[in-house]
Amino acid sequence: MEKFDVIVVGAGLAGLAAAYTLAGEGVEVVVLERGDYPGSKNVSGGRIYVNPVRDLFPGLWDEAPLERAIVREGATLMARNRSFTFHYTGSELRTSPPQSYSVLRSRFDRWFSERVEERGAMLLPKTLVSDVIRENGKIAGVIAAGDELRADVVIACDGALSLIPEKAGLRAPGRPHDNAIGVKELIQLDPNLINERFNVADGEGAAHLFVGDVTKGLFGGGFLYTNRGSVSLGLVVSIEDIAKEEAAGDIPALFEAFKARPEIEPLLRGGKTLEYGAHVIPEGGYRSLCPLVGDGILVAGDSAGFALNLGFTVRGMEYALASGHFAAKAVVQAKAAGRFDAATLSAYQNLLEESFVLHDFKTFQETPRVLSNPHLFGHYPELAGNILRDLYSVPAGPKVPIFTTLRRHLTLSQLWTLLKDAKEVMKI
Amino acid sequence: MTDLTVKLGLNVFKPLPAPHIKIKAGMERDPRLKAAVRGCPAGLYSVSETGEFVLTIDGCLECGTCRIACGTEVLEWGYPEGGAGVQFRFG
Repeated sequence: MEKFDVIVVGAGLAGLAAAYTLAGEGVEVVVLERGDYPGSKNVSGGRIYVNPVRDLFPGLWDEAPLERAIVREGATLMARNRSFTFHYTGSELRTSPPQSYSVLRSRFDRWFSERVEERGAMLLPKTLVSDVIRENGKIAGVIAAGDELRADVVIACDGALSLIPEKAGLRAPGRPHDNAIGVKELIQLDPNLINERFNVADGEGAAHLFVGDVTKGLFGGGFLYTNRGSVSLGLVVSIEDIAKEEAAGDIPALFEAFKARPEIEPLLRGGKTLEYGAHVIPEGGYRSLCPLVGDGILVAGDSAGFALNLGFTVRGMEYALASGHFAAKAVVQAKAAGRFDAATLSAYQNLLEESFVLHDFKTFQETPRVLSNPHLFGHYPELAGNILRDLYSVPAGPKVPIFTTLRRHLTLSQLWTLLKDAKEVMKI
Repeated sequence: MTDLTVKLGLNVFKPLPAPHIKIKAGMERDPRLKAAVRGCPAGLYSVSETGEFVLTIDGCLECGTCRIACGTEVLEWGYPEGGAGVQFRFG
C-alpha cells in the first residue's frame, strides 16, 4: 500500500500551488489529476491578477505563459436594443510589472505542473479520485482509480463541485443559489486584428464585461478577454435563475444571442472558434465557503468556494494560488508538530485570515447579495439606454428640453428605487 | 447538424467507457430535470415524446451545472474515469 506525506486532489491552480510549495519545502507530495494533463479539465474566463500572489511564488511569473497584459478595461450596459459602454485606461495599467493578464488555463496549468515536477513533486494524470479513506474519524487517504493511496494529509483542490469535501463529510452538495454556469468560446483571431480592434499594442490586451440583456435580466453577465492570437468570449448565468426563469431560454441560445449582438459580432468577424468550454463557478462569497479544515484534510481553491465577483473584477485564480500555498504552509507546520488533526491543521485558516484571501471574502461578504439585485440586470441597463437614446436623438420637429427628457425617465418613484438600491450598493 | 453540435465537434473528446451521469431510475419525469434542459451548455438534456427527460452523455463538458441545478436525488453524478471525456486544449 502506497503512503505519501501529502496527497493533492486536482492539478488546477490550487493543487499545483500546494504541491509547488510543499515540494519546495522537501515534503513528499503526489498530485492526482483526472485529465490527460493538468489544465485539460479546467475552464476559466481567463484573467489573472498577479499582484496578490507575486511574492508567494518568487520568480515564477517571469517565464509564465501568460497571454496579454490588460491595459484597457471596459464595461457595457446592454439594453435590448441599445447599449452604453465605457472604457478605462490608465498609465498604471501600462507600468511594469502589469497587474493583470489574460490567460489560457490548459497552457498555463500544464507549464506550472512542469515547474512543480522539477521541484520533485509527483504528478499522476488520468487518475480519478472517487472517494476518501476514513479511519477513526480522520481522512487517511483516497481511492484513486480503484487503488487505496494513503497520506498524512489530503488537500482537496478538486474544483467548484467540491466532491471530495462532500465525500469527507465537510459539506453538502452545492446549491443553485451559490453557483453560476460559465460558458466560453475560444475564438482564434489574427494578433494584428486584435491590436486594431481593441486599440492595443503587441503584448497588450483588453478586458470587457457586459451586463443586462445578455442574460435576459438574469444574474450574470458576459466577458471578453483578448489573448495573444485569440479572444475568450464568455457568458456567466446564475444556476438558480436559469433553473426557474423559463422565459430566458437556454444557455446555448443565450450565448449565441450574445455573440450575435451588434456590439460583439464585428469584433469577432473573421475569427474561428477553436473550443467551447463550460464550468460551474462559485458565486456565494464568504457565507457559502466550505469548511476549510478537517482531521487529515484541507480544502483550497474553487473547492473551498474561493471565487469572488465584485462586478468590476471577477477573481478566482489568485485565491486558488494563495489558498493552495497556505494549505502547504500549514501542512509543513503540522509535519513539524507530527500531528495532522483539525486543530493542528487549522493553522491554514489562520494563514488565510492574515492574508488577502479571507480579508477580501470578509470585506465583500455582502457583495453577492447586493449584486444579485435583478434591477442591475434588466431595469438599469434599459433606463440608461433609454435616457441616452433620447439625448442623442434629433427628431424631425422641435427637441424637448434636456431636463424634460431626464424627468420623463427619472420619475419620483424611479428616483426612490435608485436611492434604495444605492443604499444597498454602499454595503459593497 | 445544429450550431451547437458543430461547436461541440470542435472539442477534443476521448471515449467514455460508460455514462458518468445518469438520470436515476424512476426519476425520468421529475420536474427538477427541467433546469438541466435549460442549463446544460451542451444541450444534452431533452424531453421525449412520452414526456420523459432524456440525457445523452456524448458532448458532456463536465461542467457540473446539472448536478447543482437538479440535485443528487434525481441524478447519479460522477466524473468520467481518468483520461476519458473532454480534454480542453485552451481552457
